[in-house]
Amino acid sequence: MKLTNRTKVLEKREMTLAERAYLPAILQGLGITIKHFFRKKATIRYPEEQRPLSPVFRGLHILKRDDQGRERCTACGLCAVACPAEAITMVADERKKGEETLYREEKYAAVYEINMLRCIFCGLCEEACPKEAIFLQKDTMAPAFFQRDEVIYGKDRLVEPVKTKGIAELPGIKKQVAPYETTSNRQLRLEK
Amino acid sequence: MSDEQIYWLVKALIILGVFGITLLIATYSTLAERKVAGFLQDRLGPDRAGPFGIWQPLADAVKMFFKEEFIPSHANKWLFIAGPCLAMLTALMASAVIPFGDSFNVGGQNINVQGIEINIGILYIFGLVSLGVYGVMIGGWASNNKFSLLGAIRAASQNISYELAMGLSIIAILMMSGTLSLREIANQQHGFHWNVWSQPLGFVIFLVCAFAECNRTPFDLPECETELIGGYHTEYSSMKLGFYLFAEYINMFVSSAVMATLYFGGFNYPGMDTVHQALVSALGEVTGQNLATAVGILVLFSKILFGIFFFMWVRWTVPRFRYDQLMNLGWKALIPLAMFNIVTTGISILYDIPYLNALVIVAVIVVFVVQGSMVGKKQTRPQNY
Repeated sequence: MKLTNRTKVLEKREMTLAERAYLPAILQGLGITIKHFFRKKATIRYPEEQRPLSPVFRGLHILKRDDQGRERCTACGLCAVACPAEAITMVADERKKGEETLYREEKYAAVYEINMLRCIFCGLCEEACPKEAIFLQKDTMAPAFFQRDEVIYGKDRLVEPVKTKGIAELPGIKKQVAPYETTSNRQLRLEK
Repeated sequence: MSDEQIYWLVKALIILGVFGITLLIATYSTLAERKVAGFLQDRLGPDRAGPFGIWQPLADAVKMFFKEEFIPSHANKWLFIAGPCLAMLTALMASAVIPFGDSFNVGGQNINVQGIEINIGILYIFGLVSLGVYGVMIGGWASNNKFSLLGAIRAASQNISYELAMGLSIIAILMMSGTLSLREIANQQHGFHWNVWSQPLGFVIFLVCAFAECNRTPFDLPECETELIGGYHTEYSSMKLGFYLFAEYINMFVSSAVMATLYFGGFNYPGMDTVHQALVSALGEVTGQNLATAVGILVLFSKILFGIFFFMWVRWTVPRFRYDQLMNLGWKALIPLAMFNIVTTGISILYDIPYLNALVIVAVIVVFVVQGSMVGKKQTRPQNY
């Protein structure tokens, strides 16, 4: 039984003299390869040229600030709960007096860490966040790591840098960037 | 300075230049090989080291030097070292007799652009090519490893088989030119009277044999990875391996140069007399001649570089032969063809028919086409049942 009409039977016969001489076939082959010599190359020279990313690309996380330069995150922990890879940990803290320019609400994340080896970049944290604080960037990828301690991203590398322009009116905001803690140095501080 | 001193000074400079250029071209052949491979496969090839990857050969050399210099404990130590040295030595010596250009006029005397002019230049080259087998053979034997030895034996038998056909194809040229001196042969092809027009069959045989002698694809059986691991250089590492690989590229350069000299007129090119006269009338006798010679050298080098490119082009087109196919081709096809070529050349000399060989080739092509059209094209027909 045949499924398609595309089967073809190869007629077998003696080779012609030209085919047996082998050289015409080699010349034909040389013609084919030289055509490829002038063809457009498939290579993308990575650091200089980059493939365009998809509009829904999910890259490295960022913790956003609001329009006044305050951190939006309130350490509610919904992202950590939503995370299927359990990559997110955080320690909440209460906002002190005089820190109103740093944190938007009374509660904030003193430590916020994402383990980039565990993260699968699914974007569920972004969906879970009620404060629109965490986003996966469209244009930045998580880099390769050379050391194990580079893997865990703390607030120093996650929080959006203070924009110098739009917030320049707010006095002293640049100096007041919070000294971010990691799990380890928080431990040290608490032991003291 | 006396005339003799000037002569030797210029000669020494020429020899140094030939040596340096041979090494330079061999070095950049390694890069060109990878670039050509890339381009033929729709890739770019190495382009990270410097612009277009021009420092890649340096990076490779540094890497080679810093690798472990390993000598197997059961290897014959002296022969193990002698192998790559011999391969390199014989490869480098061959470019001494190749006429790279006409002659420079320095201090009123004409000095040939050639390492040394000997009247048996082509024999000298053949002697060195046969010596080149020893480098491979000694290296393979001294490694004390079955695969290396097998690779070396393959290389030796392949080289000896194809040397025969190569020698026979050259005999036709020697019959026509009546000399063994490469300079004489080059001079006889003045202008556009290149030997390839009167010796097309001989050229094809020589070309195929040159591929086999250089151990290049499709005849690179001595280093057939699937059968022999690395072949004769399985046990070699560091710069000793580098020497073997480098010798291969020097051999490629030398055989391209010999091919250009024997069949493509060496430093001769159509319209060379007009160029020479124009330069002489414009710039005076001495400068004009020197410049014309320089143009000739450039022409020869462009022929050589095309030859090297052709070697690479074929490498990425034709797959490797099986060993029995290789031997059949050498003994049952090329040697009889070379004999036939000698006979037709003899007839053409005896009865004074200058382009008889070319006519024979045209006749053969006509027969091929007619026979092919009579049998009809290989066709596929739809299955009807």
